Amino acid sequence: MTKEYKTITEISGPLIFVEKTEPVGYNELVEIRTGGELKRGQVLDSSDDIVVVQVFEGTGGLSKESAVSFTGDVIKMPLSPAIVGRVLSGSGRPRDGGPEIVPDVSRDIAGAAINPASREKPRAFIQTGISTIDGTNTLVRGQKLPIFSGAGLPHNDVALQIARQAKALGEAESFAVIFCAMGITNEEAQHFLSDFERTGALERAVVFLNLADDPAVERILTPRLGLTTAEYLAFDLDMHVLIIYTDMTNYCESLRQMGAARQEVPGRRGYPGYMYTDLACQYERAGIIKGKKGSITQFPILTMPGDDITHPIPDLSGYITEGQIIISRELHRKGIYPPVDIRPSLSRLMNSGIGKGHTREDHRAVSDQLYAYYAEGNDLRGLAAIVGKEALSERDKLVLEFADKFEKRFVNQGRDEDRSIFDTLQIGWDLLADLPEAMLTRIDDKFIKQYHPKYAASAAKK
Amino acid sequence: MSEVIGISGNKHIIQVYEDTGGVRPGEPVKETGAPLVAQLGPGILTQIYDGIQRPLPMLAEASGDFISRGLFVDGIDHKKKWEFNPEVKKGDVVKPGQSIGWVQEQLLIKHKIMIPPNLKGGTIKEIHSGNFTVEEPVAVLDDGTKITMMHKWPVRQARPVTEKLAPTIPLSTGQRVIDGFFSLAKGGTAAIPGGFGTGKTVMQQTLSKWADVDIVVYVGCGERGNEMADLLHEFPELQDPKTGRPLMERSIVYANTSNMPVAAREASVYTGMTTSEYYRDMGYDVLMTADSTSRWAEAMREMGSRLEEMPGEEGYPAYLGARLADFYERAGRAEVLNGGQGSVSIVGAVSPPGGDFTEPVTQNTLRMVKVFWALDSKLTQRRHFPSINWLDSYSLYDLDLEPWFVENVSADWNKNKRRAMAILQENAELEEIVMLVGSDALPEDQQVTLEVARMIINFWLAQSAFHPVDTHCPYKKQFDLLQAILKYRDYAFEAVQKGIPVGQITSLPSKDALAKVRLEAEYEPILSKVMADMENEFKALK
Repeated sequence: MTKEYKTITEISGPLIFVEKTEPVGYNELVEIRTGGELKRGQVLDSSDDIVVVQVFEGTGGLSKESAVSFTGDVIKMPLSPAIVGRVLSGSGRPRDGGPEIVPDVSRDIAGAAINPASREKPRAFIQTGISTIDGTNTLVRGQKLPIFSGAGLPHNDVALQIARQAKALGEAESFAVIFCAMGITNEEAQHFLSDFERTGALERAVVFLNLADDPAVERILTPRLGLTTAEYLAFDLDMHVLIIYTDMTNYCESLRQMGAARQEVPGRRGYPGYMYTDLACQYERAGIIKGKKGSITQFPILTMPGDDITHPIPDLSGYITEGQIIISRELHRKGIYPPVDIRPSLSRLMNSGIGKGHTREDHRAVSDQLYAYYAEGNDLRGLAAIVGKEALSERDKLVLEFADKFEKRFVNQGRDEDRSIFDTLQIGWDLLADLPEAMLTRIDDKFIKQYHPKYAASAAKK
Repeated sequence: MSEVIGISGNKHIIQVYEDTGGVRPGEPVKETGAPLVAQLGPGILTQIYDGIQRPLPMLAEASGDFISRGLFVDGIDHKKKWEFNPEVKKGDVVKPGQSIGWVQEQLLIKHKIMIPPNLKGGTIKEIHSGNFTVEEPVAVLDDGTKITMMHKWPVRQARPVTEKLAPTIPLSTGQRVIDGFFSLAKGGTAAIPGGFGTGKTVMQQTLSKWADVDIVVYVGCGERGNEMADLLHEFPELQDPKTGRPLMERSIVYANTSNMPVAAREASVYTGMTTSEYYRDMGYDVLMTADSTSRWAEAMREMGSRLEEMPGEEGYPAYLGARLADFYERAGRAEVLNGGQGSVSIVGAVSPPGGDFTEPVTQNTLRMVKVFWALDSKLTQRRHFPSINWLDSYSLYDLDLEPWFVENVSADWNKNKRRAMAILQENAELEEIVMLVGSDALPEDQQVTLEVARMIINFWLAQSAFHPVDTHCPYKKQFDLLQAILKYRDYAFEAVQKGIPVGQITSLPSKDALAKVRLEAEYEPILSKVMADMENEFKALK
């Protein structure tokens, strides 16, 4: 049934134009044979006689003699439980020298939208062991929480630490991790892989690697393959899945490149107008479904070009995802790890995952109070730089000191330090205890009597 | 399902409401001969729809947890039987839009069955009472036209009314900052910027709960799936404070998340509007919330760029302004075809990218709407709710509504409002000086102004959505409380003139007592006692 056409009329960048006689479907998978090599592509445009195909492995080496066959099917991801522990290429082929995956099922990688009426409200707390996330920007199962970072910042280390430490409170179960690398360097990929191997995380991970020198077009597939795998693991095999993709910026660059090759009308900064929907179709594949045990939690990492948060990529992402964790260059320069700036960071689902029954009843209040004084302390730094520390009032000096201590003790932690949420709250209380009790205006008296280090010992006795 | 959006020569350009992967040349395309329509009839209330009026719970039954392609589900249940109660009898002449009977759709909502406005009308030849499905005829006209309880209406076409009316009746919300300062008229349009952390959700819920309307239509257009899940989870649990019944019984929700097909997102706003108009035609007041119109505009932009149209500002199509205008123009209070009055009021959320209010969607929206509630994240951080900034917000219905307030509340309504706003404006200017030199350096009368502004902000503008009494404040009480604060200002100025130190004026016990009056349901005796005390205390000052 598969006819081979040797009718390539034009090759332009990652696109080939093929004359054909049978009807070819939009988004169909295409195989191109040239010499002994097999390349794959996808139909972008199908009309009566000409088909435009984007070739994932690059068009280098193709000629008018190359044989093109249309498979009659959209691109599907072969899936079976054996996929866990494998390292695959950005287009889903084995990269670890292992055998091809024998599929139990094959799924369309475009995915389908989860019916909003079937979604479960995310509310289960995930402990990442990082104070700035657990304490002040809490992650819940089914959330999509991107890390906004810049070039040269340790966002990968943060992502790795989360992948290593993430767990649900009070249960031994841990997450299956899916790692999608898009256009990262070989060195970075090695770093990830060796860390996965060192900690044994690879046994419960699926890795998709598209490196910087792999074809850019392939990058468009990578997150879709990862998410299709995630949906299989979560909703067929009842696993809790954490998916990390790095770097979304490279993915968007690929989108722009494809848009330009197709001569589309560009939108903001040359990115295609449909980028919002395209990103939404990736990010929205996070969530929990009513009556299913599994869940998909997403951690996209994106580097902001020029640390500019109004750039279209972080801007559009921010409108789809449920908050963001912001990595700060300033904190990094101070030698603080993880350099998370809590002020612009936000977790929109935090409230449903904390408090009584999830973490601890005083969580919200402690977090608010820490936020308030850290923000105030930061403002005072500016003032102190102008008028000198001496000119500040006693209260202001306390707040300024608090901000410094907050960075050193609460934000700063070891790369392998796995703090429980109770440790995190304890550190928060210890810091707050250095302030006069009257200054703790955001915390209920009830909680102060119970958790403030001054009373905690006697409260525990009761 | 799809819709023709362009015709050139013998070619049609079709926008498809579902994913097109795998569709190939030569696939059969069937024409229905009708534009995109909404099904209108009993059974719409309480439903949760996608953008093209497919009930989501039924889609879930048909295709599981993910929405697959090629499903067709009716907007309303075609099997369910409703009890039809005729209002006209054989031989009566009926006009288009006139109601011929009713159905008890929900416990408190009577659903009028009307002659569809796109029919001619005529003389009733037959009419039956009893139980029918929406497809069975309940009446027959003399020309043989069968009238069923359901009819279809093209969503992009506004439903006709006899006459649009001027916005002269306020939409009461029980929120002091809205009713008192930036009031919305019945049939009016308002915009709220929906940046994050501004308390948009609480605000929408408060409006849905307390707005003086019969039907609430919520259109979630291109928003997050988890957010919709949250809404769908909480909305059914909300209670209508006026009747104690679930709020859902008088609500309709359209949920089209950002990853659902973009064409359906574009359509969802029109589908929501059409259902709103349908209930308006029965003589109801309807509040439609569109969240967010920015996502809707982006859908237009995406489709425009796919069609290779010449882009306008920031890549949005050149007709963006016209489309937004068309949409907001469908709001309004009107004399409906059935006789009587109904209204559709719109509250549209805009979420400007990067918080930039100069971008085209926000600008075009602000040109159309008459009310702007500037939600302010700084106020949220200070825990001031509702977090509507009193300096940036505005309402252009002030003068239109004044006669109503004069007649129904007090002749001083607008006068007090203007005085209070002037105080707040002065306060903002003074605060800048205070930041530099401290409040003690100000002249005494300006210190009093600062104090009065603080009272307006904390005793009057701030309102707790969770306090059982304070959550809803009737017009009379709003007026009396503001009047009392202004009275305090007059006393205080008089005292300052006499040379009494400001410290004494601001530490009067009656001032603190005034703060608590808003928390009382039977506030009137308490307020008059507080005011009497205040007068005496001022007299006693030396």
